[in-house]
Amino acid sequence: MLKFILRRLAIAIPTILLLIVFSFILMKIAPGTPFSGEKAIPEEVLKNVYARYGLDKPEWQQLLEYIWNIVAHFDFGPSFKYRDRTVNDIIAQGFPVTLTYGFWSFIVATTFGVALGIVAAVRQNSWVDYFAVGVTIGAQVVPNFVLAPILVLVFTLWLNWLPGGGWEGGELSHIILPVIALSATFVASIARIMRSSMLEVLNSNFIRTARAKGMPGWQVIVKHALKPSLLPVVSYLGPVFVGMITGSVVVDLYFSTGGIGQWFVNSALNRDYSTILGITILLGALTITANLVVDVLYAWLDPKIRY
Amino acid sequence: MKFASIMKAAALAGATAGVLAGSALAAEVPAGTNLAAEQVFRYRVLDNIRALDPQLAEDVDTAYVVNQLFEGLYNEDALGNPVPGAAESYEANEDYTVYTFHLRDAKWSNGDPVTAQDFVYGWQRAVDPALASTYAYYLGLVNIVNADDIVAGTKPLSDLGVKALDDKTLEVTLKVPTPWFVKTLAHSTLFAAPRSVVEQYGADWTNPENIVGNGSYILVENSPGERVVLRRNPNYWDNANTVIEEVQFLTINDENQGLTRWRAGEVDQTDVPAGQYPSLEAELPDQTYSVPQFCTYYASVNMTGTAPDALKSLQVRQALNLAIDRDVIVNAVLQGGQTPAYSFTNPHTSEFEMPDIPAASMTQGERDAMAQQLMAEAGYGPDNPITLDYIYNTSEAHKAIGTVIGQMWKEKLGVTLNISDMEFAVLSDRRHSQDFELARNAWCGDYNEASTFLSLHDSKSEQNDSGWANAEVDALLAAAKTSANPNEQYKQIEAIAAEEVPIMPIYFYAKVFMQTPNVHGWPFNNVEQIWYAKDMYMTE
Amino acid sequence: MLADSRIESLTTLERSEVTSVKGRSLWQDAGRRFLKNRAALVCAVLLALIVTFTLVGPFFAKWSIEKIDWTVIGKVPQLGFPSSQTGHYFGTDQVGRDLYSRLIQGTQISLGVGMLGASVAVIVGTLYGSVAGYFGGRLDSAMMRFVDVLYSIPYMFILILLLVMFGRSFFMLFIGIGLISWLGMARVVRGQTLSLKNREFVEAAVATGVRPFGIVIRHVVPNLLGIVVVYATLLIPEMILIESFISFLGLGIQEPNTSLGMLISEGAQTMQYGTLWQLLFPLSCFVVMLFSFYFVGDGLRDALDPKDR
Repeated sequence: MLKFILRRLAIAIPTILLLIVFSFILMKIAPGTPFSGEKAIPEEVLKNVYARYGLDKPEWQQLLEYIWNIVAHFDFGPSFKYRDRTVNDIIAQGFPVTLTYGFWSFIVATTFGVALGIVAAVRQNSWVDYFAVGVTIGAQVVPNFVLAPILVLVFTLWLNWLPGGGWEGGELSHIILPVIALSATFVASIARIMRSSMLEVLNSNFIRTARAKGMPGWQVIVKHALKPSLLPVVSYLGPVFVGMITGSVVVDLYFSTGGIGQWFVNSALNRDYSTILGITILLGALTITANLVVDVLYAWLDPKIRY
Repeated sequence: MKFASIMKAAALAGATAGVLAGSALAAEVPAGTNLAAEQVFRYRVLDNIRALDPQLAEDVDTAYVVNQLFEGLYNEDALGNPVPGAAESYEANEDYTVYTFHLRDAKWSNGDPVTAQDFVYGWQRAVDPALASTYAYYLGLVNIVNADDIVAGTKPLSDLGVKALDDKTLEVTLKVPTPWFVKTLAHSTLFAAPRSVVEQYGADWTNPENIVGNGSYILVENSPGERVVLRRNPNYWDNANTVIEEVQFLTINDENQGLTRWRAGEVDQTDVPAGQYPSLEAELPDQTYSVPQFCTYYASVNMTGTAPDALKSLQVRQALNLAIDRDVIVNAVLQGGQTPAYSFTNPHTSEFEMPDIPAASMTQGERDAMAQQLMAEAGYGPDNPITLDYIYNTSEAHKAIGTVIGQMWKEKLGVTLNISDMEFAVLSDRRHSQDFELARNAWCGDYNEASTFLSLHDSKSEQNDSGWANAEVDALLAAAKTSANPNEQYKQIEAIAAEEVPIMPIYFYAKVFMQTPNVHGWPFNNVEQIWYAKDMYMTE
Repeated sequence: MLADSRIESLTTLERSEVTSVKGRSLWQDAGRRFLKNRAALVCAVLLALIVTFTLVGPFFAKWSIEKIDWTVIGKVPQLGFPSSQTGHYFGTDQVGRDLYSRLIQGTQISLGVGMLGASVAVIVGTLYGSVAGYFGGRLDSAMMRFVDVLYSIPYMFILILLLVMFGRSFFMLFIGIGLISWLGMARVVRGQTLSLKNREFVEAAVATGVRPFGIVIRHVVPNLLGIVVVYATLLIPEMILIESFISFLGLGIQEPNTSLGMLISEGAQTMQYGTLWQLLFPLSCFVVMLFSFYFVGDGLRDALDPKDR
């Protein structure tokens, strides 16, 4: 197991390097600079700005220095657009926000998804099942950029229950709508996966045996059926994680949470090179870690897998 | 006197400086007003607030925040005229090249006195190549001596034409007569900076725990992407007359979302999405506003050698320009009280007289007929059709305008217009390097005088995106600077531009917004939209 | 993302399908089973109807996708509603263009993106996966490590970067989507190939001297068809979802062309202003389409998985 983890880590490092180099090249060949604006900046001013950020050096040197600063000092450099901030500042400010609502969305998506899936499977073809299937498919295909404004319209404007945006340090009332908007899709897809895998397990021989021995229904499900039927859900958690990072862009844009997703899009559109790079690397590292955790979890749950 | 008309406003301010001293604007609350217990003004901004460093602020929204945190020598009143800020009064010499400002007894938010040296430091910072402000050129634009050379690195900072004669007296030297200089002082680049704090904390000096300002508010929270919160500064010299306790700038990227949250009472002011003004006006007439804004929306035409042959034809340019039905764009697409534009300079420019452009007084039917005739004369038509590209920055409103213009040209002139969107950074670069055929453009005046618009037609101007070079226009612009009645020259320039069509003016902006009725003191008539929370108050 | 979830359900298919490959009537069996699955059948019919609509619909359109109705522009909430009299069967958009024509065009583009993305996945993923699986050893582990590397890149962000950097175009969107769509397919196919390569018919081919690459193409790939079809069907809606997200960010294809995602995001912006049809028509088309793809995909999987009889 340890060897497996080490091997995965060994791939992770070159992956991140590749990501850095790839993103760096992309940005260098792209049209537009962080300093392009309505008003043409005179040559002299531009020269000073370039010198200030070391953009006058040869590109390979910029790349090497960039990587070196990350490796040696964990320093992602200054932001070109938010000139009183470093990329580290931006990540330190935005990332905890994303992490908070992302964490709760993750919890909501897995618990509700799994619970809904189990109920639907156990009460197969009952109205609960139909309801669950109907709702989940609906939630799965309605894009969250349609769901988010509807939520605000209903809960903020009509019912006046929850604020339509803002963060205020992560107060509960500000977290609820972002969590609903972000988790809805995944509650739905997890429920569907859970339902079908639970159905499959329930029809298998060992469950029939357990039932035949007279074990009460719910006990069979909790003790025997739950663990094996969770396997597909676990392997789906990696994609859930990646999907939530993507979804955070929509949440940040609609709910003004100040999270990292909105920073990424804004920086990409504004050509804030260092910020895009920093966030891409951060998210890449996270994705790699998440996939690793999922694999370990999977191995732990599935006795058939040996590394 | 040479520059009579341009300088009238400025000279007036100078002459009456003594009178104005001490009577600078503040929240004027009529007696018997039922003030709200909670004096919090919540203002919606479109994007993240950036560096709150006065010398680094670039975008409008950030400038709004900086205007509350810091104060320049002169502020603007509700009509856009200069009123004393950190300075109490000033004198200018005979030919408006040396200005002497007398600072009032004011304090920074940490209790230190605001001195003339602080202004010298702030202005030197602005041009310091080491700070590399993108607005460094502003000091050269307003003619401060040696500003451009310092930016270029050929002269030391100490050569900048600004000196502290003593703690409370500041002397500014300008390279050419500039009667309108005082009007440029409300710009954050020309604010003071607290030297000790900047040097102690470096780039972190604008963090809420470090920042020190001389404005009416202090920063208590800065969460870009979410909000920026300011609270009143007890050390501000006019604190006694300030009413609003707290100002919140809430970032809401989506304007429809902004409107929903405004309706839910979460913000006090928000912009109206394009096309929604009439219905909101009908529904909430006392809370829907449309006020003129100091900007012109237009399409730049590539006038250089890289332009396609069709655009090199004068008749084609004229035909295209005539066939744009501005009334449809203003009344059917935007619907927010904008006005059709047939010339460049914004009609709200002070002292400016609108030129007589023939097209402006025709009916659209006449314009279309003329356009078709011109097109035929140029040799284009169904058998020799034109295809043109139009570029714009991604936005629903720009897209709608591009689409509508394209269809107008297609139906009236048989011209195919391919429209494509891109990020603002790319559009700007392509415009500046004349890498386009037709490009969406807009210009907002930096100061309230017609040259802020018309100098874009100067063949040497960095902002001349069309690349249009016309010797007569250059000569007229030069003459206007020393003319007794520059409107003469301005009218001629507008007439030449209307004839040559280096740009196709489309409309003059309006700021269209919703504001809750308990907000008072908003400067509706300030076309540059400069506002100070200290001049406002909230009622129950 | 969602398609990945189905890899798991597909592994059951991998295991069991291999045994049924021997039966000559696999496809007939599957077809019979599919026809019995009423939900899947209904959805297949719906899909066929949507495709027919996009092909036949334009003949009934009274307006082109870009023509502006000058009588409607500026008065869209009052005059732009769906009506057979004006010829705007589905109403108009904010600038008075016919939504019926635009919806047809948008559906075509979205379907096109889905199909193209899926076919890249089918071609690249199948070849890549089967080569890696068949040859095994160092080559296999190198190839699959490469897939792992690409998998752990936050691809949506890379896609955004690509579109931002190289400008918006259908081509770039297609490249960006194609770049990532084949990864899941490659993994599934490799797993399947591993269990196929020791089977008798492959050994027989080796014994008769067929060249390795020939074996992959002629013997392995045809036996992967079932799983590939299922996976591709489930991949199409994923691609359509990605495209809609990209359109929401304003990085989609260029005017006057449109896509379902673009129409939905335009409609979502104006939903409070009394022009709800601008959201409802494209959204229902979108939902029905994705719905159907999922059900047909699930139905195909069940049909090809004999265990579920």
